[in-house]
Amino acid sequence: MAKDFKFRTCPETGLKVHSQADALIKANAVVAVVFLAIGGLFGLLVALTRWPAVHMLDAELFYLALTAHGADVLVFWIIFFEVAVLYFASAILLNARIVLPKIAWLGFILMLVGALMANVAVLQGESSVMFTSYVPMKAAPHFYLGLILFAVGALLAVGIFFGTILTAKKEKTYEGSLPLVTFGALTAAIIAVYTILSGAIILVPTFLWSLDLIPHIDSLTYKLIWWGFGHSSQQINVATHVSIWYATAALLLGAKPLSEKVSRGAFLLYILFLQLASAHHLLVEPGVSSSWKIFNTSYALYLAVLGSLIHGLSVPGAIEAAQRKRGFNKGVFEWLRKAPWGNPAFSSMFLSLVLFGFLGGISGVTMGNEQINLIIHNTIYVPGHFHATVVAGTTLAFMGITYLVVPLIFQREIVMKGLARWQPYLFGLGAAGISLFMMGAGTIGIARRHWDITFSDAPLTVDVPGTAFMMMGLNGVFAIMATIGGAIYVVVVVASILFGAKRDEAACKANPVVTAGGGEAVASYGAEEEHPNLSGTIVLVTLLFVTFVLYYYVNWKFLSEVWPLS
Amino acid sequence: MALTSPEKRIWWNEPLSKIELTWIVIAFLWGLTMFGTMVYWHFTGEQNLSNEAYRIRPEVFAERTEAQAEKYKVREEGDTGIPVVKPPAGSDVYMLARRYEFWPILELEKDKQYRLHLSSMDVQHGFSLQPTNINLQIHPGYEMVLTVKPNKTGEYSVVCNEYCGVAHHAMVGRIYVVDSKK
Amino acid sequence: MTDNSGSTNENGDEDIPFMQRLLDNPLLLLVIGVASPMLLYTIWGVVEVALIPLAN
Ligand code: HEM
Ligand SMILES: [Cu+2]
Ligand SMILES: [Cu+2]
Repeated sequence: MAKDFKFRTCPETGLKVHSQADALIKANAVVAVVFLAIGGLFGLLVALTRWPAVHMLDAELFYLALTAHGADVLVFWIIFFEVAVLYFASAILLNARIVLPKIAWLGFILMLVGALMANVAVLQGESSVMFTSYVPMKAAPHFYLGLILFAVGALLAVGIFFGTILTAKKEKTYEGSLPLVTFGALTAAIIAVYTILSGAIILVPTFLWSLDLIPHIDSLTYKLIWWGFGHSSQQINVATHVSIWYATAALLLGAKPLSEKVSRGAFLLYILFLQLASAHHLLVEPGVSSSWKIFNTSYALYLAVLGSLIHGLSVPGAIEAAQRKRGFNKGVFEWLRKAPWGNPAFSSMFLSLVLFGFLGGISGVTMGNEQINLIIHNTIYVPGHFHATVVAGTTLAFMGITYLVVPLIFQREIVMKGLARWQPYLFGLGAAGISLFMMGAGTIGIARRHWDITFSDAPLTVDVPGTAFMMMGLNGVFAIMATIGGAIYVVVVVASILFGAKRDEAACKANPVVTAGGGEAVASYGAEEEHPNLSGTIVLVTLLFVTFVLYYYVNWKFLSEVWPLS
Repeated sequence: MALTSPEKRIWWNEPLSKIELTWIVIAFLWGLTMFGTMVYWHFTGEQNLSNEAYRIRPEVFAERTEAQAEKYKVREEGDTGIPVVKPPAGSDVYMLARRYEFWPILELEKDKQYRLHLSSMDVQHGFSLQPTNINLQIHPGYEMVLTVKPNKTGEYSVVCNEYCGVAHHAMVGRIYVVDSKK
Repeated sequence: MTDNSGSTNENGDEDIPFMQRLLDNPLLLLVIGVASPMLLYTIWGVVEVALIPLAN
């Protein structure tokens, strides 16, 4: 058992924290934030270029910046942070040690080397192939090698996660079932294994092909397997940020899942079906049958969407129940009005929940219909959609939990609290704006990954509606807002880590970040004892449902107006 | 709480609250409805992507496209030198994508059906027909065959919406749709 | 926290419902979670692509 492992006891939660877990979480989180800063800057440059009146970068730099943006934020920021979450949800929540910390560090180094290598390749200019690197467009070999090293490192981290939870069970550091948040992280880890395997299956041969060791990679097969990697990694994000929603609600409000069975069942639906949605990217490809498309794009009868809708009730429901127990029981929405909106950890979490559901979720399921995809594929609607999921949803959730990780793991006070308070609103509104305006421009057919919607270099003219120019301009305005929000996050986090006051035991007592009494406040309202009043949550999910149905059928209407084709 | 193990050792047997149960049922039925809508559209809707596709060598596809262009060329587009091709209504029509053009320009008749063949000569391209807004992915080595029936006259642009190289944003083609009497 | 200490050994688990046992088994979930998309998405998809006929 715990031989000479160093543990500290967290003065706020009473959890035993393994020093290696502390260190690994810190390292991965810091590197994640650095990649967010770099990638976010590229995002701003891209958005300013797509603002027709500004049109900042030249074409070649634009495609380079777009490749770097996708890789740095979507892959490196997100996955480094997720590795930190995996270590948190395993070692820390289970009072356990990290198994084989040396391997965990090896994984970290591989990921870092891989990420740097891929960045160097992109910045050298020979690898502006977008982060999807569709063959037969060829990048420099070290672009693929960087991605492969990164993936191997991430696989090691996932392996350590499994090792840690299994060892914790054996060493009885916890009893009974895994905590729900750890179970959510397990869901993410399982999806990660499929994701990384898919990446390896396709990127290793592609790397060899870039070295001329393999003559040909089939473009359709590449795309199919690549999205097993590219889209599933988005599903890791979903499982992770849903876990973070539960964790934040528990830490800040003492919220407890309405039902362990329902929440875990919803995660099980993710494990079984979420990855099938990789098919969203192949709905207008030649030669793949409609049966395959419909079955996979619908996650087998929308069972994974069912999982998300369940979380969409459980998370706000848990918050509402907890808040009502604490006395905010008036009317339908007092619990929500009296929530800690001034605490960036909470506001991030709740904005993430709402924006992910209303913007990201609805648009994603709608455009993921086999036929509706005909009017959306590769338009800028697509980045609009995933900035709602992965920026307003995942990134904002990760930002929120950082405001708890800094005091609890780095043991530093957050500095510049006034700025931090506004950060989630700026970033959330900015992200919502770029999502909406990109979706709007996409609805009228504007292409994604496109340098010039005036087509001034083209031999033929193209009539582009004036509203498109307006929307791409507004997209630029909101991009600036999102960038400011993102920059504040980076500055506050880095400054807190470097200069924040140390949180010793006294400071934790005087100024706790975790709600005292947490779980007790709402201890067991198991369904058999009492039914919590969830009227506010019912209003929220009804609103979501009605919006969903309306928006869904509006898009069928749009589809029915285009040229008949079969 | 969500951060600790469930309080009850056996939590699976806890009863569901009515609210949760109702929501799960609604969400499940909505999922079935959406699934059903996709299937239903295959039988009743007019916009379904065909599953017809072939493996084809780019040279072969180019030959067929050129042969057709020669046979049915009606004029050239301005001073661009790009042929405008008007194959008979109901026939097979070919358009190829290559860095950085869609070739040739097609002229089709309104409300007539055509079997449109699409393929790429080099990398992947996106076939984005505007302003009607139909978007298809074009792969090298694969020929996609779909039946289209233009429902409005006018000048349509084919914009490449898959990144295909430095001049991707200049890759544009055109399809004219004219009244059948003309 | 559990109210029933010492119940995690093999003998005490018999009354645990099947679904809970499944959800408490990370490795089994891992196998299912990887095999299911491999089969339904990847393998089915690759077979479809492989079966695309040659143009005549
Ligand atoms: C300051 C914040 C951000 C701004 C202003 C921004 C803006 C943009 C814009 C304008 C595009 C280009 C759309 C196109 O031309 O196709 C884009 C693409 C993209 N963004 Fe962001 N973004 C931001 C943050 C993020 C974050 C945090 C993520 C991921 C977590 C992300 C992921 C992506 C991805 C994956 C693409 C697609 C790249 C491609 O097409 O290859 N972005 N972003
Ligand atoms: Cu192109
Ligand atoms: Cu292109």
